Amino acid sequence: MSGFVREMRGAYAFVERNVNLMKRYWGWEVVWLIYSLTNALAITYIGNGMSAISGAEIDTQYVVTYLLVGALIWQYLSVIFYAISEMIAWERWKGTIEYTFMAPVSRPTHLVGTTLFAIGYGIVRTLAILGIVVAFFRLNLGGANIGGTVLMLLAGSVSFVGLGILAAVLPLLYPERGAQMTNAAAAILLLISGVYYPVETLPGWLQTVAAASPATYVIRGMRACLLEGRPTRELLPTVFVLIGIGLGVILMGLFIFRYVERYAKRTGRLKRSG
Amino acid sequence: MFGVLGTNGSGKSTLIRLVSILLLPDSGSLRVFGHDVEHDPFAVKRLINRVSVDAAFFKKFSPIENLLYAARLYGLSASEARPRMREIMKRLGLKEESFDQPMEHMSRGMQQKVAVARGFLTSPILLLLDEPTTGLDPHSKRDVRAFVREIREAHGATVLLTTHDMEEADRLCGRIAIIDNGKIVALDTPEKLKALVTSENGEATTMEDVFIALTGRSFEDAESEENRS
Repeated sequence: MSGFVREMRGAYAFVERNVNLMKRYWGWEVVWLIYSLTNALAITYIGNGMSAISGAEIDTQYVVTYLLVGALIWQYLSVIFYAISEMIAWERWKGTIEYTFMAPVSRPTHLVGTTLFAIGYGIVRTLAILGIVVAFFRLNLGGANIGGTVLMLLAGSVSFVGLGILAAVLPLLYPERGAQMTNAAAAILLLISGVYYPVETLPGWLQTVAAASPATYVIRGMRACLLEGRPTRELLPTVFVLIGIGLGVILMGLFIFRYVERYAKRTGRLKRSG
Repeated sequence: MFGVLGTNGSGKSTLIRLVSILLLPDSGSLRVFGHDVEHDPFAVKRLINRVSVDAAFFKKFSPIENLLYAARLYGLSASEARPRMREIMKRLGLKEESFDQPMEHMSRGMQQKVAVARGFLTSPILLLLDEPTTGLDPHSKRDVRAFVREIREAHGATVLLTTHDMEEADRLCGRIAIIDNGKIVALDTPEKLKALVTSENGEATTMEDVFIALTGRSFEDAESEENRS
């Protein structure tokens, strides 16, 4: 058997396992979907109520679409981030981590399988939420550049895969509370990346930090596609920046993960299931 | 089959984890069939599998789903793995109707049998059995021991068995090491180990007698010391 076939089977093991987990915990999936949906609706209704809140005449439809785009993109990116960062947490919770780490499957293969699932899962969930949300609001995406939107989303996914790997290190280092720490990382990205407001509204020093967040570029690019209908060629520099940041973060994530895995093996941290 | 006898905390599981590359040694080196565990880990991983005392699984999954996950991690296809996993589970006395039921509904003994099936599924050259029968009822213990013996004879795999069940080690192992506080204090065939010691009550020497003579304490004493510390 060739090494490639073996690695692909290994990657598929993680896809199939995650699909099985989803099936077995379907009740949780429903609850999580309702939570995400109500969250997206609540945020978007802020846009609907802006005129009533401020007393000023506001282009409500634009604000609603602006907020909805942010909510949906954040929904998609955070699903990727959590699905990858939980690749270790699930094994900790179930006590199977030693068996997975003992198997002859490389960490990049582990990551490929987890990423394939995460992207598929993220797309299905986001489309499901979008399908329901459009029933609540009148959206005008007539001039949107859909091709550019997809390109921007895929480029943004690369970065979030890298960030997910970095966050996955936490449950490896901290068996008891590592998984919860990833929430703090996600919350910081949400704050600084201009998901629901322009980055320019942040204090100067936070704007500097925002420039390092790949989500800032994804969301800005997606809004340019969907709200302004900007052509794809104008977005290419942002796409290249995103892919560059993404590859850098993935390489850094793999390097750090490898280092931490060795540290965990030296200090016996794989044994404790938390 | 090579047995490692010792009390809880004597270093048996640490040895198994070192061979499985779940722990890295602070000093020294460890080779499995000539492959260094630190420098050539994938070559080692492809040769080994392990059954531990705790049957760690995705308990909401069925035995088939859990075993298929394990098989794919070792590069097996579903078409190769499915018949093999069914055959091993049947041989271990698991009922066919339980194959597709969530493992959380299975008894501890049945779960441990699935763990044994997982260990054998990938046909390892070196199988690490870390107290595989601890906590099992006598019937399940007998099933697991018979299967291990059968596999050893049929496939010629090397089995490293750690246990604190003296009788189990005596019955199954060709050679036994007695480990105490992380150090091997004796290593030989069960017969030669027993020949080192004369039973105090005039009956045939048991491995328990050997353990007491070589470590200076009974198994129960050693366990109590561990618990106190």
